[in-house]
Amino acid sequence: MASKWISRLDERTGIVGVYKTVFDRKIPKVNWWFTLGSASLFLFSVQVVTGILLSVYYVPSPDHAYDSVQYIMTGVQFGWLIRGIHHWAASLMVLVVFLHMLRVFFYGAYKYPREITWVTGVVLLLATLGMGFTGYLLPWNQKAYWATTVGTSIAGTVPGIGDFILRALRGGTDLSAVTLTRFFAAHVWMLPLVILTVIGIHLYLVIRNGISAVPKDHE
Amino acid sequence: MSESDAVNASRRKFVTATAAAVGAVMGTVVGVPALGYLASPALEAGGTDAWVPLGKLDSFPVAVPTPFSFTRSRVNGWDKSTRSYTVYVLRDEAGVKVLSSRCTHLSCQVTWQADQNAFTCPCHDAKFGAQGEVLHGPPPKPLDTYETKIEDGTLLIRVVEA
Ligand code: HEM
Ligand code: FES
Repeated sequence: MASKWISRLDERTGIVGVYKTVFDRKIPKVNWWFTLGSASLFLFSVQVVTGILLSVYYVPSPDHAYDSVQYIMTGVQFGWLIRGIHHWAASLMVLVVFLHMLRVFFYGAYKYPREITWVTGVVLLLATLGMGFTGYLLPWNQKAYWATTVGTSIAGTVPGIGDFILRALRGGTDLSAVTLTRFFAAHVWMLPLVILTVIGIHLYLVIRNGISAVPKDHE
Repeated sequence: MSESDAVNASRRKFVTATAAAVGAVMGTVVGVPALGYLASPALEAGGTDAWVPLGKLDSFPVAVPTPFSFTRSRVNGWDKSTRSYTVYVLRDEAGVKVLSSRCTHLSCQVTWQADQNAFTCPCHDAKFGAQGEVLHGPPPKPLDTYETKIEDGTLLIRVVEA
């Protein structure tokens, strides 16, 4: 019964072919380290869902950011849970993406023909770190404010163009309402869009080139 | 079907079923709180019910409706706002009556006009008598009154907000 409907759907969409290409791939005998990419993908999805939920009550303005986060924590049902998941999964995602990169590095999986996969991976790592950096400011509490003051100051030490980078990040010389809104825009629109697009390319390449095998001794 | 194919098929079934079960559990664990989270403001009881002191009863003149204004602040989520109220206190031998200044037609603000001995509404030309009764115009009923009480000589009214 179900298969009849699936074949009808497949006739019109080719969905079975897509499913087989994505999920019924031939893979070499691998180990648990090879699950770290999927774990990264899972954590990213968790961040998208909990992040969208947080945006329902969060307000990116100096007048209300702190109060709106307080409201999420104490006034909204399960607000503490949603924020807690977003908070912890953020740190976990940085860790897992990094471990995934180490696995690829130590297995030499970045070599021909997977160089582009590696390069898109580098973009993903940087964008993930950018998510952490921009997200940290949003609660607009003391820790957030000073961490961003320090972080942007470090970026400002680049020779020559440092001052420009500092102003571009802060939207002026000091941390202000302008900084908060541009960090917010980067955190919820720009970086997620980059990550989403690049994950698409990354996974396309993983599927198209297949997974590399665990290197043998002395290989 | 060879023996190893059969083993593979049953393993595949097991993995699929396990993945579906784990997925369902995780979906519920996140999904139910997410719905509660989104619906939260709609589930709140909300509203306040408070006794607001207007001052010593003796300080209000007798037989003349006397305006009294106050503001009430309310917190809605992260937003703190204030709402202002004007009421009219009417003292006479019978006791005290506190009238709302909201017109019962379409909620404009009525004011006491001593020369006309009436409350007048600027919106559709209504008039109410000193006791709040309709004298003229479209309002369907007299001005609303507040529940009152007197504690240690102080007049209080009950303000209920939705
Ligand atoms: C948001 C972050 C990322 C996601 C969601 C992601 C996802 C994935 C997935 C699902 C795979 C399949 C194989 C596996 O899981 O090991 C994979 C493979 C791969 N990833 Fe990532 N990845 C991310 C970040 C990175 C980073 C930071 C690098 C390196 C700089 C990288 C480089 C690679 C390479 C070269 C492969 C191919 C490995 C092979 O064929 O054995 N990825 N990625
Ligand atoms: S609102 Fe007062 S007369 Fe219409």
